[in-house]
Amino acid sequence: MTIRGQAYIAGAYEHPERKIPDKSIARVHAEVALGALADAGLALSDVDAYFCAGDAPGFGPISMADYLGLTRLRYTDSTETGGSSYVAHVGHAAAAIAAGKCRVALITLAGLPRSQPVPRPSASALAPEAGFEQPFGPTTVSMYALAARRHMHEYGTTGAQLAAIKVAASLHAQHNPHAMLPKPVTVDEVLDSPMISDPLHRLDCCVVSDGGGALVVVAPEVAADLARQTVKVLGHGESPKLTAGGHIDLTYTGAVWSGPRAFAEAGVTPGDVDYASIYDSFTITVLQTIEDLGFCEKGKGGAFVADGSLVAPHGRLPFNTDGGGLCNNHPVNRGGMTKVIEAVRQLRGEANAPVQVPECQIALVNGNGGSLGTRSAAATLILGREDA
Amino acid sequence: MTTPAQPAPPMPAPAPAVNPETMEFWTATADGRLLVKRCQDCDSLIWYPRAICPMCSSLRTEWFEVSGRGAIYSYTVNHRGEGAYQGAPPFVLAYVELDEGLRMMTNIVEADGADLAVGLPVEVVFHDTGAGSALPRFRPLRT
Repeated sequence: MTIRGQAYIAGAYEHPERKIPDKSIARVHAEVALGALADAGLALSDVDAYFCAGDAPGFGPISMADYLGLTRLRYTDSTETGGSSYVAHVGHAAAAIAAGKCRVALITLAGLPRSQPVPRPSASALAPEAGFEQPFGPTTVSMYALAARRHMHEYGTTGAQLAAIKVAASLHAQHNPHAMLPKPVTVDEVLDSPMISDPLHRLDCCVVSDGGGALVVVAPEVAADLARQTVKVLGHGESPKLTAGGHIDLTYTGAVWSGPRAFAEAGVTPGDVDYASIYDSFTITVLQTIEDLGFCEKGKGGAFVADGSLVAPHGRLPFNTDGGGLCNNHPVNRGGMTKVIEAVRQLRGEANAPVQVPECQIALVNGNGGSLGTRSAAATLILGREDA
Repeated sequence: MTTPAQPAPPMPAPAPAVNPETMEFWTATADGRLLVKRCQDCDSLIWYPRAICPMCSSLRTEWFEVSGRGAIYSYTVNHRGEGAYQGAPPFVLAYVELDEGLRMMTNIVEADGADLAVGLPVEVVFHDTGAGSALPRFRPLRT
């Protein structure tokens, strides 16, 4: 069985705010749920499957289902793979729909790390690796810095090449009225920004934002009855990337496995991709991922990004045209949801006009969760226009 | 090798989470010995230490003392510590590849970040956590 053409994204909604001091996390989940359903032309009463991840407050998917009044659920999934969760959820929803388990799947993400910072989950202290990592003081940025350093060592990648990724994102963000960092920056500005964990500077890092987003994935017969233009799910792949019993390799991500699985299911190749949403927690995340997905040879990512390939609308691989996590929005430190949403905009022809890719037929979304410096999860989606 | 645990430098030395599966490792660190696991069925050395061999699924694993020497696989000078390291001076987080081939997360100490490089030979030192254990950190190899 394949999910190709078995499910469609009918609704997508990104919360417009980036700092939300006066609402609860549950309410923001509700706002994005209603936004995505309204976009699709559906209601909460139509939803028979609910997907969420670790950002959803309460007991797995159950507390939010109760809060929202989702009384007709026959399928739930709270797969938690960090920022890649929502990319995976689309694939899981498509598989469940293809298997006849549900017809209208709602996926939500929301959180308030700026307004209501919460401590890291204490469960991580029980992780089997905890004693062998936590005492040495790893932080999110420093884990990615370790990956960047090793990539630089093996392939000659430079800080200026990483900076070019931020520059491209900022050129896109200037057209997004909701972007947190709408001002274009230069390579020198990235390199002159404060060092957080070398070789990564502040401007190599994504923003921290309140907010969220939601998606509605539906069966073909539901899509056919909707007035709204939908997006076809063509392929999906996932893979964890592990520490290999003491043989960790910091130069690649799980996209080396999730990518080929998604391409094979969709029946397309990297050369067919018109637009890519690439997970951009840090600049190094983008660099490794585009190599791993086959958009350029391993180790040549630096040269690829440095010549403007990522800049929309006419670069070889226009990416993250909303400004991405680097400049627009990275709600709850989880970027997979907004990556899917921008791909949907591109395939509907509804991206901001200066960065809309002409004749955008095929889009790729890649999510990454966890840490490139230790354990991570990759999820890849291939999406197409309604008639793809 | 046996290296007595030293008092910790100004750098924090937070106590690790210890459980019955890892107790022997941490007891050894207090004696200045660095252990890994070895699979009695496929002979693989295993890091981080655990009961199961992730290479062959065997539950027959045993403790194995390593040399404590290796080379830097990757490193970063972290200017923004969190948790026990919040407000601490910049410190070096690293992966060291042991001579036995295993890559382990650690800190590099007794060195300026500017003097470090991937491939630099290092040796283990143990920093007392005050909780019956010591953190295996590494310093540039003194020849």
